[in-house]
Amino acid sequence: MSSFRLEPSTTGAEISFTFDGKRLKGRAGDTLAAALLANGRQLVGRSFKYHRPRGVLTAGPAEPNALVTIGSGAFAEPNTRATMVELYDGLEARSQNCWPSVDFDIGSINGLLAPFLGAGFYYKTFMWPKAFWERVYEPLIRRAAGLGRANHLPDPRRYEKTWAHCDLLIVGAGPAGLAAALTAGRAGLKVILADERFERGGTMLNEREEPEDFDLGEVAAELLSLSNVRIMMRTTVVAHYDDGVFGAVERVQKHLAQPDPNRPLERLWRIVTRHTILATGAEERPIVFAGNDLPGVMMAGAARYYLNRRSIAPGKQTLIFTNGSSGYALAADMEARGLTVAAIVDPSPSTPWAGKAHVIDGVVASVSGGRRPTSASVRQTGSSETTDTFAVDSVAMSGGWSPIIHLACQHGLKPVWSDEFAAFMAPEQGGLTVAGSAAGLSSTSACMIDGAQKSARICADLGRAISPAFSGDTETSKAPRPLWHVANPTGKAFVDFQNDVTAQDLLLAEQEGYGHIELAKRYTTNGMATDQGKLSNVNAIGILAEARGLSPDTIGTTTYRPFYTPLSFGALSGTHVGPHFAAVRRSPLHEWARKNGAEFVESGLWYRSSWFPRKGETTWRQSVDREVATVRASAGICDVSTLGKIEVSGRDAAEFLNRVYCNPFAKLPVGKARYGLMLREDGMILDDGTTSRLTDDTYVMTTTTALAGPVMTHLEFCAQVHWPDLDVRLASVSDQWAQMAIAGPRSRDILSEIVDADISNEAFPYLSARDVSLFQGALKGRLFRISFSGELAFELAVPAGFAESVADAIMQIGARYDICAYGVEALNVLRIEAGHVTHAEINGTVTPADLGFAKMVSAVKPDFIGKAMLRREGLVSQNRPQLVGIKPVDPSHVFRSGAHILNKGAAATLENDQGYVTSSCYSPHLKTTIGLALVADGPNRHGEEVQIWNALKDEYCVGVLCSPAFLTPDGRLNA
Amino acid sequence: MASLITCPHCGRRPTQEFTIRSDASLKRPAPDASQADWHDYVFLRPNPRGRHSEHWHHSAGCRRWLVVERDTVTHEVYGVRDVVSDLAGGAR
Repeated sequence: MSSFRLEPSTTGAEISFTFDGKRLKGRAGDTLAAALLANGRQLVGRSFKYHRPRGVLTAGPAEPNALVTIGSGAFAEPNTRATMVELYDGLEARSQNCWPSVDFDIGSINGLLAPFLGAGFYYKTFMWPKAFWERVYEPLIRRAAGLGRANHLPDPRRYEKTWAHCDLLIVGAGPAGLAAALTAGRAGLKVILADERFERGGTMLNEREEPEDFDLGEVAAELLSLSNVRIMMRTTVVAHYDDGVFGAVERVQKHLAQPDPNRPLERLWRIVTRHTILATGAEERPIVFAGNDLPGVMMAGAARYYLNRRSIAPGKQTLIFTNGSSGYALAADMEARGLTVAAIVDPSPSTPWAGKAHVIDGVVASVSGGRRPTSASVRQTGSSETTDTFAVDSVAMSGGWSPIIHLACQHGLKPVWSDEFAAFMAPEQGGLTVAGSAAGLSSTSACMIDGAQKSARICADLGRAISPAFSGDTETSKAPRPLWHVANPTGKAFVDFQNDVTAQDLLLAEQEGYGHIELAKRYTTNGMATDQGKLSNVNAIGILAEARGLSPDTIGTTTYRPFYTPLSFGALSGTHVGPHFAAVRRSPLHEWARKNGAEFVESGLWYRSSWFPRKGETTWRQSVDREVATVRASAGICDVSTLGKIEVSGRDAAEFLNRVYCNPFAKLPVGKARYGLMLREDGMILDDGTTSRLTDDTYVMTTTTALAGPVMTHLEFCAQVHWPDLDVRLASVSDQWAQMAIAGPRSRDILSEIVDADISNEAFPYLSARDVSLFQGALKGRLFRISFSGELAFELAVPAGFAESVADAIMQIGARYDICAYGVEALNVLRIEAGHVTHAEINGTVTPADLGFAKMVSAVKPDFIGKAMLRREGLVSQNRPQLVGIKPVDPSHVFRSGAHILNKGAAATLENDQGYVTSSCYSPHLKTTIGLALVADGPNRHGEEVQIWNALKDEYCVGVLCSPAFLTPDGRLNA
Repeated sequence: MASLITCPHCGRRPTQEFTIRSDASLKRPAPDASQADWHDYVFLRPNPRGRHSEHWHHSAGCRRWLVVERDTVTHEVYGVRDVVSDLAGGAR
């Protein structure tokens, strides 16, 4: 006989769900596990390694067996604990790790291979041949041993993250937590009470009756009436961080058949609290005996929950194996409902018992059966043989209780073994109080009083003295002697159900020298499954302790880390998915570029206009070649708004700039721009850009796009930490100003039509930088005569909000001069032709001299960032890779960035490496590929023929080193 | 690592708003100091077990550089101040 629902039942309305496609009925208020048990469905999954039939073992978050996949398609969620899933109408559940079905699973043949699959089998069995590991063994093992499968479809549901703040966080809404919340709530503290279950009451839900002076309904009603108490059900506190910060996941809508698409499915909380009460209860320990994993073997406390709360009987002939009062409480509950308890087996019977069932002083040697128990062999104390055999259809077990102290141990503090409680207890720490059965208490009223009294103490500490909501004596009885495992098992006796680790495996690990708890864990995989050993770890420690003749205290525990239970990736990513995965930065000219047909390229967070295809152009190169030719022949406009812009002001701004740049800035006149090189303290170039003096004590600096943020941080460090005595202020104005480059021989003609002032070469010579009035005084902007392309060029900055109108006007006027919009690809060709460097060259390994800027470095400034280390021997060597131009001897040959340079005829070895190509492009003017390269002693080798070597792309050609300036000073190209 | 840092200017804020640089006890040598001094300043970093003071930048806040003194083992934070000690700020 299987489990069944007792009638008449007081449970909720009937609802339907499916399991492996079969339609079943459950009751509102059931968990999926309860509904399956009510349908007699005890076999719900197959184990990880041996594919053994497994059933519901617990009624809570520690469930190792009843893992199912909920939902289908994009909504499918594997490895869900059926004990934590609230039943809703239409719920679809499927069994996992079985084929063709959970009832008949071919993989169970692994059970026959068990002698080869023991502890450490990965390390022993699959050693040879080595090449087989990745190709044969691992895929085979992965297919045979497994859990549910993740789907690869995007998750269409919403998740979010948020913060909460309180005076007192109470984890667990059982008797201790509720009493603590009531006390602190009455005292006026801001309280958060969180519990992972959907019902308040904790283990009280297992009981037939409530304690006399504790009316759960009344307590809940009072708590709900207190506006300073927030009750968060379906919320698992999973992590304890520093400074009273806790992580919690709230399953907002997982229990709903029709979730509201506008609300999140789950919400990840960070809760900041002044004090915390852990009222997390205790976990009942399984007993390790042969056949303890058969479907129909269940924890006694779980059996009580299903019986008392959900009217579900475990079977008609139940054997109870217990070493404490829990099994007797179940026996009493069962007999009260007219169910038969075959016997109570107890190795140290001391619990008073007046029921019908016979108590045997002994152990269960084994439980046998195929997919459910059929008989149980019992060995009486003092006997080595089976003394009694019972026909049974179900078994309930209780090996004692382990306080749930996970959250108290996530800071590296180790749990403390207590002989009195025969359990590991939470280590003491400030700001955190453990109450109720998490502190080792057992009776409901003791937990209640403990929670109330400890809460009252915290209230007093926080300046809100109050008397506890409940008071009295919290005396507790001594825990029974632990029973770690039944010696000499006649079959597999499981310690870790989810990972199929047996007592025999642990003993083998000990024999083979892996007895240390951290080694045994990895050698046997005990505690490494998704349940993280909630049921198995303490038994494993006990078994190892016994085998080594030590106390569990000496063995110690493995390391506790967040999270307490598994978290969905959805909850962890929150809203940061799809286009919201990272912030998107759009230039103020983005819309202008889009309507001019730009193709965009992602550059950090930015979307930069890459090229602007025109009708008839089918490849990017056609567009780029045309843009480059247009700029050189007439004019082009390019969005350079992504450059960093920093305003530097104050009385000592000039001195400050003089110290952060390696070249002189103190004497830069008002109205002038200067190219500057900023070094790191180790002498390498950090960034480059122009800085312009707008007024006597105001400068505007530009940085490269990529280093806008880091340069700002660097300048702030210099200003605040190195030279706090300098009067200097820094403001990032990158987002406030749009900036566009107008380049080409006709650029002045175009700009003259919108700039009110005279910008002739005489009035506005090279490197001029001024505030200008635009459109007959309608707008103020900043005009710079600087050039990145080698052409006559200007950069015009305007307030961001006006960017599009100004660019439109320039395009309109420029149409008469054959202007074109150009993107960063054309900009790159133009600057390589001009021999200008970017971060392709400024790659963190180059000094100013490496790039031909040796003369820029001031020899007279007493100090600047990087000055001292620039003198280092290695940084002034002639043989350092230095900037050169490079082009193929045969113009039809192509090379690309990353190719290495070798002397002609030299073998491709590391020793022979002469340098590498940093930038390359096709020059439409020179009708060949050109590049910039860093080559050993490069500046002295112009004209030398070299090999350009790229084994990665299988590209090899002969090139010739040349000046990096492919453009002559008069603006003509060096053909 | 601490979860919350009390910025002297902005009050108690999540650690994620800050960027850590390194040892705050390092002092930039004089420009004419020996190469050995410069080498130590630029390249050598202690990795102490226990009490340590570091430069933290409130990069997503007031953008001031702070000195955070903390314990690398217990994660206890002993104090947070502005690098310019007389700029203690009002918030606590």
